[in-house]
Amino acid sequence: MIRLLLATLALTVATPVLADGTMPPAPYAYRQLDNPAQEAAAKELMETLRCLQCQGQSIADSDAPIAGDMRHQVRERIAAGEDPEAIRAWLIERYGDYVSYAPQVTAKTWPLFAAPLVFLLLAGLLVRRRLTGKDAA
Amino acid sequence: MIANIGLAALWFAAGLALLQFLAGAQGLTAKGGVLAALVRPVAIMQGALIGLSFIVLVVLFWITDLSVLLVAKNSHSAKPLIYKLAGTWGNHEGSMLLWATVMGLAGAFVAWIERRLPERTVLATLAAQAFVSLGFYAFLLFASNPFTRLDPVPAEGMGLNPLLQDPGLAFHPPTLYIGYVGLSVAFSFAVGALLTREVGPAFARAMRPWVLASWIFLTIGITAGSYWAYYELGWGGWWFWDPVENASLMPWLAATALLHSVSVLAARDALRTWTIMLGVVAFSMSMLGTFLVRSGILTSVHAFAVDPTRGAFILVLLALYIGGALCLFAIRANTINEGKQFTVASREGALVFNNVMLSGILGIVLIGTLYPLLAETMGDKVSVGPPYFNSVGAVFTIPMLIVLAVGPMLRWRRDSFTRIRPVMVLPALVAFGAAVICAVAGVALLPLLGVALGMGLAFASLLPLHGRKLRTVKLPVWGMVIAHFGIAVALFGMASDAAFTKERLVAAKPGDTVAVGPWQVTFQTIAPVAGPNWTAMEATLQARHSGGSAKELHPQARTFWAPVQETNESALATRWNGQLYAVLGDQGEDGRWQLRLWWKPFVTLIWYGGLLIALGGFLAMLGRLASDLRRVVAKDKIAYRRMRQGR
Repeated sequence: MIRLLLATLALTVATPVLADGTMPPAPYAYRQLDNPAQEAAAKELMETLRCLQCQGQSIADSDAPIAGDMRHQVRERIAAGEDPEAIRAWLIERYGDYVSYAPQVTAKTWPLFAAPLVFLLLAGLLVRRRLTGKDAA
Repeated sequence: MIANIGLAALWFAAGLALLQFLAGAQGLTAKGGVLAALVRPVAIMQGALIGLSFIVLVVLFWITDLSVLLVAKNSHSAKPLIYKLAGTWGNHEGSMLLWATVMGLAGAFVAWIERRLPERTVLATLAAQAFVSLGFYAFLLFASNPFTRLDPVPAEGMGLNPLLQDPGLAFHPPTLYIGYVGLSVAFSFAVGALLTREVGPAFARAMRPWVLASWIFLTIGITAGSYWAYYELGWGGWWFWDPVENASLMPWLAATALLHSVSVLAARDALRTWTIMLGVVAFSMSMLGTFLVRSGILTSVHAFAVDPTRGAFILVLLALYIGGALCLFAIRANTINEGKQFTVASREGALVFNNVMLSGILGIVLIGTLYPLLAETMGDKVSVGPPYFNSVGAVFTIPMLIVLAVGPMLRWRRDSFTRIRPVMVLPALVAFGAAVICAVAGVALLPLLGVALGMGLAFASLLPLHGRKLRTVKLPVWGMVIAHFGIAVALFGMASDAAFTKERLVAAKPGDTVAVGPWQVTFQTIAPVAGPNWTAMEATLQARHSGGSAKELHPQARTFWAPVQETNESALATRWNGQLYAVLGDQGEDGRWQLRLWWKPFVTLIWYGGLLIALGGFLAMLGRLASDLRRVVAKDKIAYRRMRQGR
């Protein structure tokens, strides 16, 4: 129990408070990682995270302070060797499903993933019905 | 004073729309009403009056008449003239008046020009058109009056959102609206044909120019909107799967399907019910688009719930029109037979397949756009974005593109795949070669498929011209070839941007040189500049492409003062093989400036492709109208000869 508490505490200390407008922009908000592979991974992840302050923009496309802070977070964690999906999960835990542009399959979002299957099925049926019609005049 | 003229014209136009609807409906009764002769002149009058009303609003914005609430809220005397005028439709009320105006003018045009269809079908079409217009008139007069006065008159207006003060965006909304409204005419034709059961090639030929025209406008509108987002938002993105963008994409997808289906109906008298159905769907999508953009539901579901007047109004209209049309469709669909039959390996077969695929994509975009709104009303906030749309959409898009390459080579009614196999070898090899090269270069799967399919399709789309004398190729065939080629070009641009873009974010001071891709960019100076309603810091960058001659770029960080807002004006250096994109950011504490630089190979092909698609549509339209005209002239000649022979 104590270990868990300590770990939580360490995590809180290690992660600076996000979205404080009075602070200067975090170093990695407008700076790329030196390792191109890591930067590419970070960029790919950033393009799928929503800027919570903007309307319909990812954190990779926004000048809002919170987007800059989140870019910093993502780049730092990628540089530390974290897996992009783990970072996404961590952000979802903090900010909710809303932050991820890639909807996760959950009890709330299953229709999003069932719909394409239904469409495929319908499309198959429609094409079949329309195209196997007899060649009548 | 002038404002009152506008309001009066609006009321009169609404009254005439009611008369047009009633007279048309009476004309359709079994006996054939005495009022039927009124329908055409009334439709023309209605168009003239609503046109007048819109012109009055434009004048009010031109002279910045601050006694009008709408002008005071959205304009400012110091604004450049073009944005004063564009401000007319840069707001809710004005854009709805524009919608009603385009619709009224379109109805007047149908009343004036359409003589080929049976008179009853035209009556039904104009009555349906008037019924749809009535809803918009009611909406304008009771929930969004553009001519509301303000007392006392304020000293100055509140200005227009700086992001909208851009030539691209000044003409983007009207272009899209013309597209939306064109689909409403197509819908009215579909309803008219359903009412009179006259669904056949003649109906398809009457409907097709409207579908084509609105499709061209939607294509241009979407292309222009995308380019605007690209250079104005300052991060190099050109499509965000934002609900507002989807609102314009959905009608386009439906119109694309409808366009092909109506062509089959005109040429082969097949796909009758399917065409009618798509007519209803296409209009529903343009109504839904209007609802999404205009109800305020996108900003926040909660804001919508607090003041639902407008949103609820459009929602009721949406339900009324779509529900009504679907009911009519359900009642009448079984009285219309499917038309001529065909086999899988035929031009029609390919068109049906792609129609279904387009509908699938439409379904994906629809659910991806609406589901977050639905979830929010139930208290859950979820986001659906690029990862969903790109990957799920690809499931439908990839087969569609393959069939798109093959379809134009197939003959109508009955053909075989073995016959066309030899000519398809070259495009297939090109696509395969491109895929291998991309795979070696480590390109991700979707961009890889995009590059490969784009290159293969570019070749395949030209095949219908193979072995033909180019002079004898008819305009609609040119149109098809160019539009399909445009799809390939745009696809290649999109994939190339995704796969090969180089990004460089730096903090720099004057004198620094930064490398991005094959470019060397030198930050020379930075100085303040001022515009009519903004001040800015402007950087001077000198960019050299692999040792070539230097180009100067001037990205700005602007501060507008009415209303106060900051924007980054990007600067672009365009080469044949791509664009260098430069943005000036803020100054850091150490005095250095943030620079954002991108080298985007072939990114411009996205919009050139879009323009090619529109050009293809335009050529097809020209060809169709020319042959319609020839047919009319020939008919007149025959009638004249008969008259002279005394028959």
